[in-house]
Parts: sequence; structure tokens; C-alpha cells
Amino acid sequence: MTDKIKISNLYKVFGKNPSGAMDHVRKGASKQELLDNHGHVLGLRDINIDIPERQIQVIMGLSGSGKSTLIRHINRLIEPTEGQVVVDGVDVLQMSAYDLREFRRHKQSMVFQKFALLPHRTVAQNAAYGLTVQGITEGEAKERAQRWIDRVGLGGFENHFPAQLSGGMQQRVGLARALATDAEILLMDEAFSALDPLIRTDMQDILLDLQEELHKTIVFITHDLDEALRIGDRISILRDGEIVQQGDPQDIIMRPADDYISDFIKDINRGRVIEVRSVMTAASRATGPKLTEDTPIEDALQMLSSAGKDSGTVIDGDGKTIGKIEMNNAITAMARPERDKGTPRYK
Amino acid sequence: MEFFTEFPEMGRQDLRDFKKGVDASFREFSRNYGDALESFFEPLLWFLVWLEKLLTNAPWPIVIAVVAALAWLGSRSWKLVTGTVAAFLVIGYFGMWEDTMATLAIISVATLLCISLGIPLGIWMAKSNRVQSAITPVLDIMQTIPSFVYLIPVVMLLGIGKVPGLIAVCIYAIPPIVRLTNLGIRLVDKEVLEAADAFGADYRQKLFGVQIPLALPNIFAGVNQTIMMSLAMVVIASMIGVKGLGLPVLRAISNQYLALGLLNGLAIVTLAIIFDRVSQEYGRRLQAHRQGADHD
Repeated sequence: MTDKIKISNLYKVFGKNPSGAMDHVRKGASKQELLDNHGHVLGLRDINIDIPERQIQVIMGLSGSGKSTLIRHINRLIEPTEGQVVVDGVDVLQMSAYDLREFRRHKQSMVFQKFALLPHRTVAQNAAYGLTVQGITEGEAKERAQRWIDRVGLGGFENHFPAQLSGGMQQRVGLARALATDAEILLMDEAFSALDPLIRTDMQDILLDLQEELHKTIVFITHDLDEALRIGDRISILRDGEIVQQGDPQDIIMRPADDYISDFIKDINRGRVIEVRSVMTAASRATGPKLTEDTPIEDALQMLSSAGKDSGTVIDGDGKTIGKIEMNNAITAMARPERDKGTPRYK
Repeated sequence: MEFFTEFPEMGRQDLRDFKKGVDASFREFSRNYGDALESFFEPLLWFLVWLEKLLTNAPWPIVIAVVAALAWLGSRSWKLVTGTVAAFLVIGYFGMWEDTMATLAIISVATLLCISLGIPLGIWMAKSNRVQSAITPVLDIMQTIPSFVYLIPVVMLLGIGKVPGLIAVCIYAIPPIVRLTNLGIRLVDKEVLEAADAFGADYRQKLFGVQIPLALPNIFAGVNQTIMMSLAMVVIASMIGVKGLGLPVLRAISNQYLALGLLNGLAIVTLAIIFDRVSQEYGRRLQAHRQGADHD
């Protein structure tokens, strides 16, 4: 698995003299110190993320954590103070204005939290926007965009204006617009946050469905942990402009790096989220009912108890036995992990 | 004590010399460049005369038909069209047809001139804060300085006639379109603009595809204001030789002809109302896409 996007040593300081303030940041000034003593806002500090090809990378954080700032560095809507963003081996931050436009037109597309549709253009024209910017004639662009309008379930609304649609439908237009350019990278900035819960789940389904088929490299920003766990192949958690933990979602739940993250994950439904592979012990032979490795432990426990067994066999996608799951371990995993007294309490 | 009761003004002689100096140098300037400026404005004069002749010489039913058609194209409202036709018939019946045509001609040319200068200027202002802070005070001066004051240099330069009248009208009428174009573009939703950026739109694509279309309601309000203000200048412009409805009003003032003043004044008002309603209605139709914006 190769890395599509490599973000390294990325810093962003907002203020009058960012490069001057960088000296203080390098010396280790905290966000608060920088603001109080030097009047600059630290947006991002030393961000390093390698985003693998064809996967969904979730960047999660609460408001003010810098996640929207971070995603805007990938297509350089925001200029960094320092650092590198390498996409397919090319540093986006070194691109000329022309190269950057070409990059934005063909390599990536973006979906916005507040949809950001063109209010004076119809659904069809909006979906075709990226293509018309590329210089494709409106007729052809609309034809090509039609497929995506249908795909997101907006067939029949082509001639409506955005203001005539509900929020969920508007975001479908936003999604169709982003997909229509066939860009390999999809940047989604809190794309579903403005939608109500049912519609949000709907949109997540659409996205996962599309991803099954398209295998794009998706960077997905959210503040919603359930959403992050649901769609993320990998998750990076951001706090005050710094990455606190990143990796496999299962890993984050089973081994939270600090109290901040423990607090973060304390309210999730562990039975539904934790998968069998996280609690199994590796083994090449085992007895009991067969469970696939991605079964949630809630379901696994039910299967074990209805089979009347204390343990089961874990198999991978090909049906090969890879481990053994014990009921006790599964039950322990359901309980919240003890707070590690060694790590400092958050706040 | 004298210092406090008498303002310490500059010497009378100095003041006279200062004024004389300004006058002399401007006279020098107008002697040197007046002809050149006049020939520069020649095409404008030609266009204005042509339009005026066209309007006055054309058979009146055709003019009314064209005006009605324009009103219909602008507003798509039969009520407005009927009102417009009726107003023109009444104006003609009271013997003001020719003056109205002359006014119509100068208003049209002034508006076209203001739009073609004002919109690019507004776009330029929206693009750069420095340009904005340079142009804004100039617009303030243009709007507040008494029109008689700038009539003097204009007349000195170009004499009495249609072109100086046109320039006087434009000086007064151009600020709203510049301001509102600038404002409209600056008010365009930052998020929509960011989306255009994210899809790789260049400056032209953003300007013509996003900023101007979204600023159009404001730009249109500017056009409307410009038309209204140029109508308001008709009387003053007639003082320096512009024909039209302003001239009889001026005559009425100096001779105390109440009826004449009233009739021509009302004709100006009528024109203003027609222009205003039609252009506003057109501006409203431009925003058809906002319909349904209230629904959740």
C-alpha cells in the first residue's frame, strides 16, 4: 500500500508575522503562550500524516482543533507557514499558480460543510461545475455529470436550483460535483456535519457504497466519533493543532494514547464498534463457532452464547483460521478500560 | 485681542493672486487641451445626437411600441406595460413629446456611459483594498460637491452644449453603480468562492462565473440608482444647454410659470417611476433562483 499523500512537519501560524513567531513555536511555546505573549495563533504544529492510497483517512477533532485548516493545506487553499504536503511525489506547496490550478482541477476535488453550491446555477450546472472549469463545454460537462447526479439519487432534480432543495439533497449535489471530475483524491470537510442524524447516516452509506466501487483516496474531516469509526480506515485525532493519536480505529479504542482520547471514546457503544480481531488471540487452530474477523463483539457474544460455547474460531475473509476468541476477553473488552494512572489527566 | 475676534486669514492680495493663479492655469489648460478633449468626446456627441434624432423623428406610435416592448421584456408585467403606455400618451397629449424624447436620449446615453465605466471600476475596487480606499473619497466628493461647482470647469473646458451636460450628469450619477458593484462583489459568499478556488477556477472564471452573477442584484440596484440620479440632474444639465424636460422647468422658474413647471416636473417624475419599476422588476427576476430559499 503506497502513500498517496504525505504531510510532513507541517506548521501553520496565523498572525502578522508567522515566520517570526515560528521561532517561539520551535522553542516549544504552547498554543496559549504563543497567543498571550506573541499575539499569534498556532493553527497546526508539526503535523505528520501519511495517507495511504484508496483508503478513507479520517481526521477527527473538536472545533478549534485545526482540522479544517489541515485539510485546506492539502489543496493549498491555505498556505502553510512551514512543512511539506507531497501528493504522488510532488510537493503541492512548491507548485506554480498554473500547476496548482491544474492540480485542483484534475487531481482532487472537495466537498464542503455548508455545501458551497453556486446558488444561481441549477443542480445539473452545479454538478458539472468542476468539468466546466476544466474547459469542457457545458453540454458535454452536463452529460458527464448526469451519471453522478443519478448515482447520488438526484435524477429528476437537474433543473432545480440549490435553494429549492433540502440540506441533504444539496450535499448530494456537492458530492456529485466532487465526483464528476473523476479526481483520485476526495477531500471532505465536515461534509455531513450540517445534516440531521438520519440523513447523515444515509450519506455515509452512499459514501461507503461509492468507495466500494471507486476506491478513491478520501480525506474525511469530522468531529463526530461515531462517524469517524463508521467510515474511517484510519483515524488521526487532532487537538489544539497537534496530532494526539493516529492509526487503525480498533487500535485507538483498545489502546487510547492519553486521557483526552479516553474521554473522547468513553461514550461509544464498544460492543458495536470493537471487532473480533481486536480481542482474539492468534492461533492457527481453534474450536467453536466460526466468526469472521470483522464481526462486532456484540454479535460474537450472541453467537457464542446461543451456541453454548466459551470460545470460537476467528477466520479471515478467505475462511482461513487466524485466531481464537474467548468469551471472557470479549466481555472485558466491552467494559471501559481503566484509566492509566501514569498518563496525565487531560485539563 | 484682535487675534481672537478677527480670524487670522491670508492677505487679501495673496488670496486674489492665488485665485487668479488657479484660474489662469486652468484657462491655459483648457486653451491647450480643450480642442483635444472636445474631439475625444466627439463620438459620444455623435451618438447622443443620433439617438435624439432617432427618437424625435420616429413616428410616435413606433416609439411607444418600442418602449412598451422594453417594459415588457424588463418586467413581464402587463400592469407596468399598460401604465407605461398610458403615461407616454398623456405626456404626448400635453405637448411634451419632443422634450421627453430628448431627455430619454440623454438619460440612455448617460446610463450606458455610467455602466460601461462604473462596473469595471467597481470590479477593480473589489479586487484591491488599496484601489478601494483611493476611489471611495473621490466618489464621496462626486456625490456631495454641489453640481454647480463642477459645472464651471466643465463649461470652461468644453463650452455649453450636450457633451458637458452629459459629463455633468455622469459625474453625479456614476457613484452608485461603482459603489454597489464593489459592494456586491465583496459580499459574495466566501464559501462559494472558496469552492470555486478548490475546483481550480482562475480569476476570470471566478469573476464571470461566480462573483458577477452573485453580485448582480446589487449591481442592478446600482444601475437603478444611476438612472434615478441622472434623471434628477436633467434640470441642472439644462442650464448648460442640454435640451429636454429640464429646459421648460428652468424657464418656468425664471418666469413663474406654475403650470409649465408642474407639467414638465411631473413628466420627469413619470419617467423616473417607469424606469425604476421596470429596472427593479428586472432585477428581481434575475434572482429567480432564490425562490424557495426560505424552505428548510
